[in-house]
Amino acid sequence: MAKSSVVTKPRDILGNSALRPDGAHKVQGSFEFTSDLHAENMLWGATLRSPHPYAKIMSIDTSAALALPGVHCIITADDVPGKSTYGLISSDQPVFASDYVRYMGEPVAAVAADHPETCRRALALIVVVYEVLAPLTNPEDAIAGSFDPIHPDGNVIRHQRIVRGDQNISGPIVVEGEYVIGMQDQAFLGLEAALAIPDPDGLGLHLHVATQWLHEDLTQISACLSLPAEKIRLTLGGVGGAFGAREDISLQVHCCLLALKAGRPIKMQYSREESFFGHVHRHPATIFMRHHADANGKIVKIDARFVFDGGAYTSTSPAVLINGITHTQGPYKCDNATVDGYAVRTNNPPCGAMRGFGVVQACFAHESQMDKIAVAVGKSPVEIRLINAMVTGDPLITGQIMESVAPVARCITETDAIPLPALMGETVNELSLPGGSGLTASRSHIVRGIGWGVSMKNLMYSEGFDDFATARCTLKDGVASLKFATSEVGQGFVTLAPQIARSVLGVDEVILEPIDTQIGSAGSTSASRQTWMSGGAVDGACRLVRERLFHHVGKQHSIDPLRLVIDGTDVIDQVGTFRYSVAEASEGIEISETFEHHHRATEELDANGQGNCHTAFAFVAHRAVVDVDPELGLVKVVQIATAQDVGRVLNPLSAIGQLEGGIAQGLGLAVMEEIIMQNGKVRNPSFTDYLLPTALDAPDVVAVMIEEYEPQAPLGAKGIGEPPCISVTPAIVAAIRNAIGKNIERIPVRPQDICL
Amino acid sequence: MSANEFYSLHVNGKTMPVQDSWVGESLLYVLRERLGLPGTKGACEQGECGSCTVLMNGNAVCACLVMAATAVNSEIVTVEGITSESTLTDVQQSFVEEGAVQCGFCTPGLIVAVHHLLEKNPQPSEFEVKEAISGNICRCTGYGRVFAAVEATIRSRNEVK
Ligand code: FES
Ligand code: FES
Repeated sequence: MAKSSVVTKPRDILGNSALRPDGAHKVQGSFEFTSDLHAENMLWGATLRSPHPYAKIMSIDTSAALALPGVHCIITADDVPGKSTYGLISSDQPVFASDYVRYMGEPVAAVAADHPETCRRALALIVVVYEVLAPLTNPEDAIAGSFDPIHPDGNVIRHQRIVRGDQNISGPIVVEGEYVIGMQDQAFLGLEAALAIPDPDGLGLHLHVATQWLHEDLTQISACLSLPAEKIRLTLGGVGGAFGAREDISLQVHCCLLALKAGRPIKMQYSREESFFGHVHRHPATIFMRHHADANGKIVKIDARFVFDGGAYTSTSPAVLINGITHTQGPYKCDNATVDGYAVRTNNPPCGAMRGFGVVQACFAHESQMDKIAVAVGKSPVEIRLINAMVTGDPLITGQIMESVAPVARCITETDAIPLPALMGETVNELSLPGGSGLTASRSHIVRGIGWGVSMKNLMYSEGFDDFATARCTLKDGVASLKFATSEVGQGFVTLAPQIARSVLGVDEVILEPIDTQIGSAGSTSASRQTWMSGGAVDGACRLVRERLFHHVGKQHSIDPLRLVIDGTDVIDQVGTFRYSVAEASEGIEISETFEHHHRATEELDANGQGNCHTAFAFVAHRAVVDVDPELGLVKVVQIATAQDVGRVLNPLSAIGQLEGGIAQGLGLAVMEEIIMQNGKVRNPSFTDYLLPTALDAPDVVAVMIEEYEPQAPLGAKGIGEPPCISVTPAIVAAIRNAIGKNIERIPVRPQDICL
Repeated sequence: MSANEFYSLHVNGKTMPVQDSWVGESLLYVLRERLGLPGTKGACEQGECGSCTVLMNGNAVCACLVMAATAVNSEIVTVEGITSESTLTDVQQSFVEEGAVQCGFCTPGLIVAVHHLLEKNPQPSEFEVKEAISGNICRCTGYGRVFAAVEATIRSRNEVK
């Protein structure tokens, strides 16, 4: 059951469309996802969750459930031997609620039994007496202090201001708006799953889990179990997508506790409904923005206020807030700003990481504002963005200098150069109309619109966090083995890592060792960081190995190792005739090196929001073309044109997959995806009621990759995972506004926002 | 669990006894947990995502919506039944080569759906392809590479002819 290593062979170096090493298994159905794992003597685990957004727990009676045949054990807060709480930034979330439940779906108990159905019945037999309390659901109540603290840490998770430049300056042009962003779900397909196998001595365990960050999980699990980290081994199970939802702990601690208590392997797997309660979502937010501009439309000053609803527990809310407010200006020059930002605690579901991480929300606001400035000064959406486009060397509103390559204007002009799609013909297939088959009234009513969105996104971690990734490379007999703890969630690091090894070392065959905690941390598969960070670590380890190989060859053949280089699969003397294959050169020896890649240091923000808080940035432009039926309020996104700043394309096939996939998620937020809340209760926790883009919703995507080598990046390549899903959303909304001539300031855009 | 049912299913050309099962189990559960065929995935158990697509008497169905015990007289084909031991099918090959696989969780369901589509309709139009796979949610790819994979398969079949 332990995943064997993957061997990849073709001569695919950086820049080629190397194919996924796990592709064949995935198309055959033989790739082992975490939910496919089994162990001898295994039991199933399941979680009892609160039906109330806010309530006091008066009593928990598990006796009837325990008496059910097939039930092995039940655990509650009393059974947590170590720290009773966990959390990525602040450890404020209970493993199990003991006194209060603070959101609908909060775990209260867990059961281990012989069959999933036994688990379900046992959960139904656990009697929890609650005193139901009125929930805090309006973030403004949390800020105003008008509601008693719902948590000992208070109702404001973080408040941060940015004060920059002339606070009193104004412009002849002033536009403003209040933008509302709904709660989006990551909706990865592979549900949360884990298999915990206790050691025979009962003093430790091995957890196979679908996660984004093995080592962070390990740290949190070890504290809650009160077990030293050496006693816990984590192995990455096959992961069916993540998009931020696997950065926080979900079932990890529960599964381990059950395994230790039952003394048997425990498998846990959420249902789709439970998954909606079991992981954090994208923060719903309300953002007020007022832009002052000169008569030409150049931004003079921005005033903004951000309110992120963090839900019941902290998760990554403080970092999401900082990302949001520090991207107030978007990819535009701005010297003066006053920004006030809050992340607050409510009895809504906890919110945290999702692809775009706070910048998605900010971008919807600033891009809506850019269009308002354009209208006010009589310029086109493209003109207004080009006038304001940021360049390398510009100061940000945090005072940080933009040091990354910043081809903002190029993103815009190259997107603009992409041909527009043909107008709808009379013979168009009705499936391509807004609403699809049978829903659209009359095609003569359909109107077309075009809209723009451009964004800036920080890459990697911020605010002084020492972010690093570790990798080991071992060269033996012409074969390279790579070891890292980098979570492969579908993004394709397992494709990229062998490409790096082949390019640096001239090897053909690369073995990928199991992804687990038997090596140092790789950090999280998030923040568009793994190509840069783990890619940098693999590159660094391979370079160290290469250096030693050159020394070895140099010594053997009396050549100065500094004259040796890799050419294809050979070691050659660049000023002589010596040529020797890497396979021969490394025959009979084993060279192994481990490398830790750290990105440059960043700083915390001061009280005025000033400081070099981010590591690097990437940019992208999107142009959306939509068809709208204004009577029915239905939208079909026809085409998305995009030009993305990628630094350097390392794998064209993987890159286009990231762009198209991100665009689909941004489309979802624009027109369909929302977790609907009512007084703290989730109303649509299913794929029947939470709508996701299908093949019929997919627009034509025309993409240009802008390659301007990023000197700060180890491979010259920027992270490309998040930007695709950021500015596509405002572009689509702008296109809808353009089609129907109505201002819309809320996403997702609902039929009633269009037609009423 | 009161486990007392015994029946057999016909899966991938074989008769497979199902022992000790509870009568409420779905075909998805029985394939995955009792018959050792985990290729069929579950992501919603509500008939909305298509991850669990299998063929039942030649029709594409959601295995999560079928009670296993009601499938006793049906011929069931799963992704494992489509897969040959030695090589990838042309559809599978195209999925790998065209980048239609990222996390791969939706993939087995899509492979079954596309095989089924091309069997029923060897020259589908763009919209017939989209409609045929519109019941298969993929969260990673945005579908662009999936369309490319289907087109590549059709192209290669036409070239062979
Ligand atoms: S699991 Fe059957 S359709 Fe989703
Ligand atoms: S590849 Fe991940 S859901 Fe389709």
